[in-house]
Amino acid sequence: MSANSRNSVRVVLESSDISRALTRIAHEILENNKGSKDLVLLGIPSRGVPLAKRIAQKISEFEKVAIPVGSLDITMYRDDLRLRPPRALAPTEIPEGGIDHKVVILVDDVLFSGRTIRAALDALNVIGRPSMVQVAVLIDRGHRELPIKADYVGKNIPTSLIETVQVTLADFDDASENVTLFGGEG
Amino acid sequence: MKKHLVSANDLTKDDAVLVLDTAKELAAISDGLVKKLPTLRGRTVVNLFFEDSTRTRISFEAASKRLSADVINFSAKGSSVSKGESLKDTAQTLQSMGADAVVIRHGSSGAPHLLATRNWINAVVINAGDGTHEHPTQALLDAYTIRKHLRNNTGDLSGLRVAIVGDILHSRVARSNAILLKTLGATPIMVAPPTLLPVGIQDWSGEYSYNLDEVLPKVDAVMMLRVQQERMNDAYFPTAREYARNFGLNIRRQKTMQKHALVLHPGPMNRGMEITAEVADSANSVVIEQVANGVSVRMAVLYLLLGGTNNETGDKN
Repeated sequence: MSANSRNSVRVVLESSDISRALTRIAHEILENNKGSKDLVLLGIPSRGVPLAKRIAQKISEFEKVAIPVGSLDITMYRDDLRLRPPRALAPTEIPEGGIDHKVVILVDDVLFSGRTIRAALDALNVIGRPSMVQVAVLIDRGHRELPIKADYVGKNIPTSLIETVQVTLADFDDASENVTLFGGEG
Repeated sequence: MKKHLVSANDLTKDDAVLVLDTAKELAAISDGLVKKLPTLRGRTVVNLFFEDSTRTRISFEAASKRLSADVINFSAKGSSVSKGESLKDTAQTLQSMGADAVVIRHGSSGAPHLLATRNWINAVVINAGDGTHEHPTQALLDAYTIRKHLRNNTGDLSGLRVAIVGDILHSRVARSNAILLKTLGATPIMVAPPTLLPVGIQDWSGEYSYNLDEVLPKVDAVMMLRVQQERMNDAYFPTAREYARNFGLNIRRQKTMQKHALVLHPGPMNRGMEITAEVADSANSVVIEQVANGVSVRMAVLYLLLGGTNNETGDKN
């Protein structure tokens, strides 16, 4: 087999698919929480932040109220810090009103091992005590290493460990928006 | 980034901006309710201080503790150094105790360099001031303070002019600042009487002058240095009053400066000598803020040198 056919590249979500998935997630969040009361959306840098903003915007369109949205950098809480060179930090912005007694929805682009969400739970611990924490992701690619699951999933994509999933967002990456699956040696 | 931080020359422009950006995010965390991060849990930081220090030692200690590192404070007084132990033996003792980072202040220029290059110790070496040589973390916190006020806390310092005034000859702060300001695109201007400028000042990055009044109106920040009586074995100027009159920063001189121009001082201040109390307590003075920024900047340095894999203590194999 040639190298090209071994390294497959497949677009799994187009821009319109992403938008529809986020609309559905927004509706599911409202349905599950019986409205938008006490909701706070926190995106995990980097691509979780623009996704959180989009979901928040959709929710405020449906409900006609503004939803607090912010970002939560989890770098200092990672469990693999010592396995890699030091990473640059991203801003943490907690919306006014804080997270105490709120329903915090963590938003990320891809759910994989679950370690990012674990670190995010630790980071939240330092900031306050939410009444509930839920997780929304655009892609769930499986292969969890921790007992963590997403409450809202844009799309489940079964992958093998040697594949990589890349999310490109128009407003963040300045490129055409899609989700691409890069095959390893499949 | 390099493994050690011995000189401001160890930092490229990208490194320096990364330290300042990291410090900015860490400062935001320090403002929060909980001032502790788990990042350096299980790491040991030794504060090895052969010279007196208040600010720098406490600042490094606070920075290490906020990152959950274990801190061992060592001061030469009351240790085996006063019995004649050499730097090498001290270093090897620390090595066998499992130090991951050594923050060293020493009266002899070059001691941190020796520690970093001689394979006596495997730890990361951070220079907290050596003799009349360098004090890189002070330069970083000064750059952070200037950037925060004059560059909206982002990017580099290009286009800014910063006067460094006073005892340039004996000042490690001046040397590190001159290097780092240049790295970040600013122009340092050394101002002192000829006796307090080092030989070879022409080769330093930046400019120099003997006349404070000519320089002040054209700078964006002025850094006043302490006159280091303890390092002065000769008569560098006739009297303290004459020095204060010619090179001290008083209200009259401050009024000739631009409205936005900052006043910095690395501390400890000799009020009435290089800076008057009115200026030190004025609205444009950021002396107290420098201390707070010092903790954030040192957290950033510790995180970047100690937080990742490059400096894993097991890398000797």
